[in-house]
Amino acid sequence: MNHQYDVVIVGAGLAGLRAAIELGEDTRTAIISKVFATRSHSGAAQGGIGAALGNEEEDHWKWHMFDTVKGSDYLADQDAVEILTKDAPRTIYELEHMGVPFNRTEEGRIAQRAFGGHTSNFGKAAIKRACFAADRTGRVILDTLWEKCLQRGIDFFNEYQIMNLTVRDGRCCGVTAYELASGTLHHFHSKAVLLATGGAGKIFRTSSNAFASTGDGMAIAFRAGAALEDMEFVQFHPTGIYKLGILISEAVRGEGGILRNSEGERFMERYAPTIKDLAPRDMVSRCILREIRDGKGIDGKDYVFLDLTHLGEEVISSKLAEISGFARTYAGVDVTKEPIPVQPTCHYMMGGIATDTDGRVMVDNQDHTISGLYAAGECACVSVHGANRLGCNSLLDVLVYGRRAGRSIRRYIHTIGLSPLSGDDPTAETAAQIAALMESTGRERSGAIRSEMQKIMMDDVSVFRRGETLVKVMEKLRLLKERCGQISIQDKGRCFNRDLLDALEVGYMLDLAEAITLGALNRDESRGAHFREDCPDRDDEHWLVHSLFCYAGPKAAPQFLTKSVKITDFEPKERKY
Amino acid sequence: MKSTFIIYRFDPAVDSEGHYQEYSLETAPTDKILDCLNRIRWEQDPTLAYRFSCAHGICGSDAMMINGRIELACQKLIRDFKTANNFVIEPLPLFNVVKDLVVDMNPFFEKHRHVRPYLISDLDEPERERLQEAENQRFFEPALRCILCASCTAACPISRANPDYLGPAALLRSFRYIFDSRDTATGSRLAQIDTDDGVWGCKTMWWCTDVCPKGIPVTKCLGQIKRLVREKQKTES
Repeated sequence: MNHQYDVVIVGAGLAGLRAAIELGEDTRTAIISKVFATRSHSGAAQGGIGAALGNEEEDHWKWHMFDTVKGSDYLADQDAVEILTKDAPRTIYELEHMGVPFNRTEEGRIAQRAFGGHTSNFGKAAIKRACFAADRTGRVILDTLWEKCLQRGIDFFNEYQIMNLTVRDGRCCGVTAYELASGTLHHFHSKAVLLATGGAGKIFRTSSNAFASTGDGMAIAFRAGAALEDMEFVQFHPTGIYKLGILISEAVRGEGGILRNSEGERFMERYAPTIKDLAPRDMVSRCILREIRDGKGIDGKDYVFLDLTHLGEEVISSKLAEISGFARTYAGVDVTKEPIPVQPTCHYMMGGIATDTDGRVMVDNQDHTISGLYAAGECACVSVHGANRLGCNSLLDVLVYGRRAGRSIRRYIHTIGLSPLSGDDPTAETAAQIAALMESTGRERSGAIRSEMQKIMMDDVSVFRRGETLVKVMEKLRLLKERCGQISIQDKGRCFNRDLLDALEVGYMLDLAEAITLGALNRDESRGAHFREDCPDRDDEHWLVHSLFCYAGPKAAPQFLTKSVKITDFEPKERKY
Repeated sequence: MKSTFIIYRFDPAVDSEGHYQEYSLETAPTDKILDCLNRIRWEQDPTLAYRFSCAHGICGSDAMMINGRIELACQKLIRDFKTANNFVIEPLPLFNVVKDLVVDMNPFFEKHRHVRPYLISDLDEPERERLQEAENQRFFEPALRCILCASCTAACPISRANPDYLGPAALLRSFRYIFDSRDTATGSRLAQIDTDDGVWGCKTMWWCTDVCPKGIPVTKCLGQIKRLVREKQKTES
């Protein structure tokens, strides 16, 4: 089936929805999403969204900018961070005007709380900068923006899986999607495409991410010629529920929660004397694992305690309600009486599809783009997060850069018409790809390959990495990719064929896992979330650069390039808290 | 421990009616029901269809009947059931089955849309945020916990009897905007649902509250709407 729109947005999380709103009522916009819009993983964001409103104490966007740059271990592009932090207060007011129910101060202003790595006066002390709606901030913003899109009459194609981008003569003019309920292919012919497909946290075994977070958009853009950027920087959130990886928000520590080892010691005091438990996530994750290696995990096991018993029922019920429910349901813990067992969990991709600050997708380090193709949100790398994202900057990123992508697409579509598609059926290539998979008689199952990949990546490419191991991982991933070609589909039906999607997803994840590992191997230094035990120091002389990855065919490892970092206000310094 | 899962199956391509299929699985007390479904799909039967995404009770995808009661499959663990080695898994009632445990939610979202689920304000927006009392927010806060999983509406006996009834989830969204001090459309919102298919369809049967996986006192919230409608009628007459 064929559709025509001005713009097709892939992904109905916050970046996609915000862009759709910006495109305006005179733009014919379709949003396609692999899950129903409100199931998008933006809804799982808990703790808050950062903005220097100064509602609780004096604050300035420049302080926020500094914290973001320092948090990124100086790898973020500072022009992009300036845009992000300067635009943050306007973004919050805009959300409030749309109806987002932020928690309030006694004066009725938007309340703010402390979050990891956010400080006053360029690192002097922790500051209250995160605006929040209890610990369901992402969820209420998602609902509000989705409902705004309903009001606007934007066309949603829910449970449609993106299969391929239509690129003709270097210009993106549509997407092919697979409708899950019927197994039919749809082509969306458009002037522009925005990828807002989110992260890929399911590459790792322990993850806070949804099952849908398999990096489809990143991998599809990569295969179509887009460059991926800084893929080796994968954030492990320090406090996932032990064994399950379910996120326990940093807001817990923002409200005063404390990490303790088996001796009951508040160990973060030793590592980050100024801001203690509110150090950035990369550091806290490493500290937890160091405590565990030193034999100070609880009961000798690989977890520590997150203690909020001293916060009191009032704070917990009004500001941390969801996470206390998670702890009760999944860990059997009453957070008012007992600490929560936690360990680091894969949480966020700092890397993604290389874009400029208007969301245009880059193909190399020379500012060449694929015209008509845009990306925003976690699937994109602007880069505002550099080597490590600060808590409550991801909601900000999706909203600021989702809006900017929408704005620049709006300008772009007024300069061009729909490109004519030649006589061929634009879905033919995808149909052949699906037919080949469905008819394959190979002996492999996607589930087994996925589990092996998740284990390898968790064991050897997560918080701590070593060069010699990474070399072996590259080889293991290559073998897994070969096996991937032997997957056969057991479900021969056309209705809700998850078996088929599983097979596609594992292919996407393997491409990305390879880029992550290659980046980790090449970057022989430690910076932000990328820590090489064999090269524990930051090396600004050689590695104050972004990594870029270009697709080199299904059998080859990606081509590796570098790109300079934009430094405007803050020269790199040693990163201490 | 060996557990038995008796799961409702229906494939529109081959079945004229649903049937049940039995699977058996080694389970641990801390396994989520969703984990078990995943393992059945990955290890035994890739054709089994159900919705899922976040796997920790925030996206609202996986409401279904587990041993005759509506639950989120990702929020119930094996140890939560007294019948820990026997499970009957069925799709949400009320809605048409698309395949196996997947139901057609379109009618549910149509009703959601019907209550104008967005802030309506005829006041000028200030440069900064509008002020709002924390107290006011606390009043409608329970409705913010809603994840649109449709458990309440599927459980509601009135919804089952009267397909035109808006149902608890849509009315709860209405409650959220009616009591938000920033919304100025209270009058027209109340008028829209002051009908037998609207808020008066609710006969206070509490099933919605009973099944809500987020612990929202849905019936009470709907009661607050009814009270406000009556107060308005009194002041007007």
